Amino acid sequence: MKYMLLIHSGAVDEQGGAPQCTVEDWMAYDKDVRDAGIHVSGESLADLVTATSVRVSPTGERTVTDGPFAETRELLGGFLVIDVPDLDAALDWAARCPGSRDGGSVVVRPVADFGA
Amino acid sequence: MAGEDASAGEARVAVEAVFREERGLLLASLVRRFGDLDLAEEVTSEAIEAALRHWPAEGVPARPGAWLLTTARRRAVDRLRRDQAYAARLAVLSADAERADPAPAADAQGPGELPDERLQLFFTCTHPALAAEDRTALTLRCLAGLTTPEVARAFLVPTATMAQRIVRAKKKIREARIPFRVPGPDELPQRLPGVLQVVYSVFTEGYAASSGPRLQRLDLAEEAIRLARILHRLLPAERESAGLLALLLLVHARRDARTGPEGEPVLLEDQDRGCWDRPMIEEGRALVVRALTGGPAGPYGVQAAIAALHDEAADVAATDWPQIVALYDVLRTLTPSPVVEVNRAVAVAMRDGPGAGLALLDALAGEPRLRAYPPYAVARGDLLSRLGRDGEAADAYRAALELAGTEPERAALRRKLGE
Repeated sequence: MKYMLLIHSGAVDEQGGAPQCTVEDWMAYDKDVRDAGIHVSGESLADLVTATSVRVSPTGERTVTDGPFAETRELLGGFLVIDVPDLDAALDWAARCPGSRDGGSVVVRPVADFGA
Repeated sequence: MAGEDASAGEARVAVEAVFREERGLLLASLVRRFGDLDLAEEVTSEAIEAALRHWPAEGVPARPGAWLLTTARRRAVDRLRRDQAYAARLAVLSADAERADPAPAADAQGPGELPDERLQLFFTCTHPALAAEDRTALTLRCLAGLTTPEVARAFLVPTATMAQRIVRAKKKIREARIPFRVPGPDELPQRLPGVLQVVYSVFTEGYAASSGPRLQRLDLAEEAIRLARILHRLLPAERESAGLLALLLLVHARRDARTGPEGEPVLLEDQDRGCWDRPMIEEGRALVVRALTGGPAGPYGVQAAIAALHDEAADVAATDWPQIVALYDVLRTLTPSPVVEVNRAVAVAMRDGPGAGLALLDALAGEPRLRAYPPYAVARGDLLSRLGRDGEAADAYRAALELAGTEPERAALRRKLGE
């Protein structure tokens, strides 16, 4: 069963990045996930200052805006999709993720299965 | 229940109550086999329906538990034959389950001839990924064997609301795939407190409301004790499961003395100790010994020990207050909270006099969690009154009066105020 781990950082520095975790932490975690044979996909996102939002109105008019900027405390910094037997296994991997520490959080969401 | 159906309905409720224990055993066994809570619940109900139809006419079979399980399994297999897509999905589920948890968990025997596989169901129903209120509802329904209307009545919510809540929780178990498994020894210390907490909150819910409208209210305290017994039987080596059962028994032993004729609460110091349930106290005391032997004590074991000291004393003066204060000193390191501090302050007042206790209570005045906690104001009032500071005591009682949740509590405070 596939689960997406949405990795949110708690505090954000001026550049919109998460300052807490070291690159080594992330590399070690990434290696563990791949070695366990559960890695499906995953990306870490560039700093929030690079984000752009697009909305399309009912009349088809496109609005493009800079941002969003972090109004909320929690900011999506990356995601990971893993394939594990059950929620307990997914929660264990979420707990091992460096993004779950230092005020960050990892939201675990099952990927919808439409019987494919 | 209306008219002529009433007595038939009552008979049915009585018969269903007999099946409560069997229901949980049966359900756990079927969940283990098929890996699907909905299917297990449906065929459990169908098997019990069948028993209610057949047994009165044909007699109770020699092994009723086995009869129920066989009947339920046949129904499940029929269901799966009819619904191929469902069957295919379940096949994937059980293959995954085998992969994740190859060891059989059925090691303890239940009261009947069914193997007791309820422990995994306990861990599923109380999974931290479920909302706290849903954990309690599911545990009552799946492990205590209560029907949804009974659970709804117990929490004083409409049946439809409770049904919705249970459907939502089961959807999460199914779709997020919360597993049916007993956590390994390395995870157990993290997960067991959550299971015990659910049983404890069933108990306190029953307790808090026992001064409310109890007319139709199922006795949640009794259900919690039943659940705690099952857990203790399934996890005999866990000291905190012994501690929880001990605590519930030692508190529940005072049930007949803790309310007056009008349903008003009677304080420990004013209770008729002759009404306390001695056999229940003895059972609880034996469990306290087990809870406190063989390693560091847990919070339920310590609270049970405090309850035991109260239960053993002939009256308030003869109570071993130094020992109770010492136990609160342990408890505040295990589970620090302002409520523990209030209770400790009251025990200190009994040991060292009201002035000492009052100083501790006044030091807690800034605690935000105590602002809406009537026992804090009541305790201050009582100590002020013992110090002869009647005006300040009345102020404290009036503050408590504004916070008190039930009418009997308010009546007791009005008496203290001499109103």
